[in-house]
Amino acid sequence: MDLFEYQARDMFEKHGVPVLAGAVATTPEEAKEAAERIGTASGGVTVVKAQVKTGGRGKAGGVKVAKSADEAHEHASAILGMDIKGHTVHRVMIAQGAQIAEEYYFSILLDRANRTYLAMCSREGGVEIEQLAVERPEALARVVVDPNVGIDDAKAREIVEAAGFDADTAAKVEPVVKTLWTVYREEDATLVEVNPLVKTEGGDIVALDGKVSLDANADFRHPDHEALEDSSATDPLEAQAKEKGLNYVKLDGSVGIIGNGAGLVMSTLDVVAYAGEEFGGQKPANFLDIGGGASAQVMADGLHVILGDPQVKSVFVNVFGGITACDAVADGIVGALDKLGDEATKPLVVRLDGNNVEEGRRILAERAHPLVTLEETMDGAARRAAELASQN
Amino acid sequence: MAIFLTTDSKVIVQGMTGSEGMKHTQRMLRSGTAVVGGVNPRKAGTEVEFEGGVTVPVFGSVAEAMEATGANVSVVFVPAAFTKAAATEAIDAGIPLCVVITEGVAVKDTAEFYNYAAQQGGTRIIGPNCPGLISPGQSNAGIIPADIAEGGRIGLVSKSGTLTYQMMYELRDFGFSSAVGIGGDPVIGTTHIDCLEAFQNDPDTDAIVMIGEIGGDAEERAAAYIKEHVTKPVVGYVAGFTAPEGKTMGHAGAIVSGSSGTAAAKKEALEAAGVKVGKTPSETAELMRHIMESLSS
Repeated sequence: MDLFEYQARDMFEKHGVPVLAGAVATTPEEAKEAAERIGTASGGVTVVKAQVKTGGRGKAGGVKVAKSADEAHEHASAILGMDIKGHTVHRVMIAQGAQIAEEYYFSILLDRANRTYLAMCSREGGVEIEQLAVERPEALARVVVDPNVGIDDAKAREIVEAAGFDADTAAKVEPVVKTLWTVYREEDATLVEVNPLVKTEGGDIVALDGKVSLDANADFRHPDHEALEDSSATDPLEAQAKEKGLNYVKLDGSVGIIGNGAGLVMSTLDVVAYAGEEFGGQKPANFLDIGGGASAQVMADGLHVILGDPQVKSVFVNVFGGITACDAVADGIVGALDKLGDEATKPLVVRLDGNNVEEGRRILAERAHPLVTLEETMDGAARRAAELASQN
Repeated sequence: MAIFLTTDSKVIVQGMTGSEGMKHTQRMLRSGTAVVGGVNPRKAGTEVEFEGGVTVPVFGSVAEAMEATGANVSVVFVPAAFTKAAATEAIDAGIPLCVVITEGVAVKDTAEFYNYAAQQGGTRIIGPNCPGLISPGQSNAGIIPADIAEGGRIGLVSKSGTLTYQMMYELRDFGFSSAVGIGGDPVIGTTHIDCLEAFQNDPDTDAIVMIGEIGGDAEERAAAYIKEHVTKPVVGYVAGFTAPEGKTMGHAGAIVSGSSGTAAAKKEALEAAGVKVGKTPSETAELMRHIMESLSS
């Protein structure tokens, strides 16, 4: 899960990373109030920043300096509701103004290839770091961090030395780097990025903007992380699926997809998209992985969500019975259709293979539900589902 | 022969007495695997009975189990919150192969126990979040159904469990030397490259199927490896051409991988390395079928 900047700021503050005062606002009035409070420490100057989980906010006009609380109100009314790369701005952060002397870059992230962590640091922050990495790679220090050792004193020194800070600045950045490591480790982050990390004219090091990604698999250690989830961004069908414990992602097409195993479902989306090219560009409507146990209840829950999507014109159920037996899946489909009754209105193409496939196919053939078509192969079933979607 | 798992493999199961552990230990036994013990400190000294009157002793630790049985493979079924402790115990005992089936393991935990294993140098980790591996007719460590395909001369390595099953099913008339499900988590113990190297060196493997999916750059690195080191024919498949974006890491991650992580980028890299890449699982199987037929003629 990626955090909003204001959430990252709060998390930084909790662990002792130096940050400036900031507050989140959802209306211009709230923004004005916050600016009145926060601006007192910076001569009335605040920065109004759009809270969206994408880059390029500044260029899109989503970050504006306000010299007064009234100006903060004005900027907030302009920024709230703005669309930045497909993300609607629902919140702004009002941040204390800063006198910036220099801008740096620092991040800790998971290096999948090396299977370690990587710390990256540069004296040239505030810019697009991808661009810096390509154009002047020597300006971006990369230091491997052993997950079992982390960033201790020696590693922090190695990082700031690699970045080439002068001695005075290095001494000030070092403890901040160590504290950011604490955030990474204690919060089970997969990314902690500060851009820019600034030196103020007073000589203090401050994290001015932060990006944090958290590992959902570690939620069991962090009951507080649930509150950080952004429910406003969640599609209503996705929310409904989540409530039922289904692994569902809404897409834009017309062929609903149910399958078992993430890899097979992803593959199913691809096969449907290829097949759909012949039928006016039919595309998958969703990703839904029902996992190993395809019980009638799980199948009914899945179908219920998919049939609730008005864009869906046909449904493709693609199951390979590995551990799950196909007869159990067939029972699940039949049971689900009975449960749904009149709610089930769209054609269902089913492809079953693997464990107990004969029995599974027999169950479906015997029930002979008017909406269900049984196909032998994955490619054939994808074609049929795309064709049905194009006819409905 | 085969890779990583052979008739000489003696398997213990960490978490055998849990419901998943019981179910899959039964399946492993049924497929002829030498399951020689389970590990559970609270049930040490007891025995568990499986169908056909087979009993498997339960030990208090991996080290005790190895001492008593000569076990050389451990399969881990313990819940995610305890997986790091279980894997660490197996590494400390020096077991040569530790297969972690458990899904939902925190990335930090995997990064820690994987690096610990790498530093200790005695244990190969497969997984986590994987179906394990099978050398049909020899041994089965994990949850891959043993009845999909028999022994043969194709090697298979895959990030995805169900695509492993699907591909084994499509090529069941040829059979497999070994099929390894390496898992799709951000940090995994054994990689595509490790398996490619092992299959290249395995005299009983003639050709290799490699299945990848979006995210990271493992497939791109595997492609570079194939170009340099693999002389056996390789056929590839990549899932996720139409998968939505936004499930990957931020921009900083893309810098590290040096690749966008998209299916198209992976396919391109594999094809540039001379790997034939199928558009669908069945087309991929068809490509392999031609290779196997031409090898035998």
